[in-house]
Amino acid sequence: MIAAGNPDVKTARRPREGGRRFPLHWVGALPFLIYVALFLLLPTAIVVVGAFVGKAGPSLSNITDLNQQFVLNAFVSSLLISTASAVVGAVTGALLAYAVATGNPRGVLRRVVSSACGVLAQFGGVTLAFAFIATIGSVGFIRLWLQERGLDIYANGVWLTELPGLVLVYTYFQIPLMVLVFLPALDGIRPQWREATESLGGGTWHYWRYVAGPLLAPAFLGATLLLFANAFSAYATAAALISQGNPIVPIAISNFLTSETGRNNPGLAQALALGMVVIVAIVMTLYALLQRRTSRWLR
Amino acid sequence: MTTTVAAAAVGTATRAGVEVRLENLQRRYAGVTALDGLSLTMAPGELVALLGPSGCGKTTALRLVAGLEQADSGRVVVGGEDVTGQPTNKRDVGMVFQAYSLFPHLTAWQNVAFGLQMRKVDARQRRQRAGEMLELVGLSGFADRFAHQLSGGQQQRVALARALAIQPKVLLLDEPLSALDAKVRARLRDEIRRVQLEVGITTLFVSHDQEEALAIADRVGVMHSGRIEQLGPPTTIYSRPATPFVAEFVGLTNRLPGVVRGGEVDVRGSRLPLVQPDTADGPAIALVRPEAVSVASGGETAAAPLVGTVIATAFLGATSRVTIDLGDITVLAQLPTSEATALPAGTRVRIAIRADPVLISRDEAAPERA
Repeated sequence: MIAAGNPDVKTARRPREGGRRFPLHWVGALPFLIYVALFLLLPTAIVVVGAFVGKAGPSLSNITDLNQQFVLNAFVSSLLISTASAVVGAVTGALLAYAVATGNPRGVLRRVVSSACGVLAQFGGVTLAFAFIATIGSVGFIRLWLQERGLDIYANGVWLTELPGLVLVYTYFQIPLMVLVFLPALDGIRPQWREATESLGGGTWHYWRYVAGPLLAPAFLGATLLLFANAFSAYATAAALISQGNPIVPIAISNFLTSETGRNNPGLAQALALGMVVIVAIVMTLYALLQRRTSRWLR
Repeated sequence: MTTTVAAAAVGTATRAGVEVRLENLQRRYAGVTALDGLSLTMAPGELVALLGPSGCGKTTALRLVAGLEQADSGRVVVGGEDVTGQPTNKRDVGMVFQAYSLFPHLTAWQNVAFGLQMRKVDARQRRQRAGEMLELVGLSGFADRFAHQLSGGQQQRVALARALAIQPKVLLLDEPLSALDAKVRARLRDEIRRVQLEVGITTLFVSHDQEEALAIADRVGVMHSGRIEQLGPPTTIYSRPATPFVAEFVGLTNRLPGVVRGGEVDVRGSRLPLVQPDTADGPAIALVRPEAVSVASGGETAAAPLVGTVIATAFLGATSRVTIDLGDITVLAQLPTSEATALPAGTRVRIAIRADPVLISRDEAAPERA
């Protein structure tokens, strides 16, 4: 409204400094942003820079050192464990999420599973490792109970502390994470789509093949990638279970940073960390792209 | 006309509608009766609207015809064939849902072609027929858009094209306009009717919106408690309601206390004939349409014995609705806007009730209104 020349209309006073006011709603986010800057961005920057610094200054020696067999083996093992636990967790978690999504929205199953998954998805580290050692470890009560009945799960060696064991233990937190991530996508599937398919002459197979499958595929793949990144970056659980060697990248990084037997090599540790950052960044970018598509379809 | 050409091209115009019969359908859910012996016969090519408040069973009836639910008893006969036991995908019905039923990962033409794909029509023919159906609903320029790139009205038109593309025997419309805003709703309602007439398909339309049902249907079935309370052309439903429920559910009705005496009801000195003259004498509520109430400014006369004060006027376009306070009750009158503007709030007026046959109610409870 033009107020000039109208003595009855009061105009709002302009800010004294004449500049733009600081958006106050950002104040609430500041502590978190400072935290992220200090404990995520700064360490990442240190890792990136450190990976290109040798004993005598800037160098590519740490990067070229990655091309050693044991380093490559660690990456391959990490990728295998992450892939296996992500696939097992994704398939099992998706089935559980489907059971929840198709059940009573206010039923016991949904409430119990949702609550349990919220807790168990965060379960890891020494506590989780101990839970498995106490149950199916070499003197765990389930292992001993089975052994008494003639079934020795470690007849060919104690695999719990090897890579297959890590896959099993990781699956414990991967399944709940899958449920939490995938359930909203399943909830976004509308009953009208199945009914429309049927009224147009399709059956259950057609519905899954042409409607629900393609609609859920990006969400499923995205969630699987998230699980992969989750497993790829896990350290504490593996460290608690495995005390020897450099079987996976996070443990190798730890060993190169803390070794007291002459294998201390912070530069290589930073190069390994850079490799992890690159892989996780690629995976998370793909996840974000898939998530964007899913959110457009399954609102 | 392009749409006629399109309809002929897809072969739908030549396919005569079929008779659809719902015979004594019963359906109960956990002790609640949704349908209580519903029977309805739809003539070939006819559009019947089932109108009623929430929970009256109209959607259940439609879902039984679609095969999405099974009746406890009764039959659904389409074109002389009993389809009661057939699954939905064998029934040859096209269905348009309330909203959000387009497949979001498919474009408009892929949605329309979906049913043809289920019927193994080859890709070239699918594309061609989908294009013709989109032209029929006026969306040929939107073939490559996804659902999220279409407005609500456009999405429902695509859904209509998708339902018609398979050349079904029956078209089922489950409140297809309820999620749209008023202007789009009125336009799409006319569009649906135009397409339905053009294709000549027998259509069952379910709605809780009386204006919508009265505007679109050949016949309207007003439902109450799982049964059709009255079935007839829209004008009959409105002007000659068969029961108090229909009178009160369809259109606005004044509930005026009176006394029945000798086949008439006396409402404050106005004697009105009854629709059912054999009604027993005694107190009753006369149900009078607002357009049966005439209003004139000034005091009481012999012809207009009731005097009151205008307390509000609602502008409806060509007509206005005037609310008049008679002291203990209020009366609605529908007048030409030119007359209503001469009666601002506070004006003393006298009213008269036209001596049309009226229904009476002896049940104080008003029906649930959607």
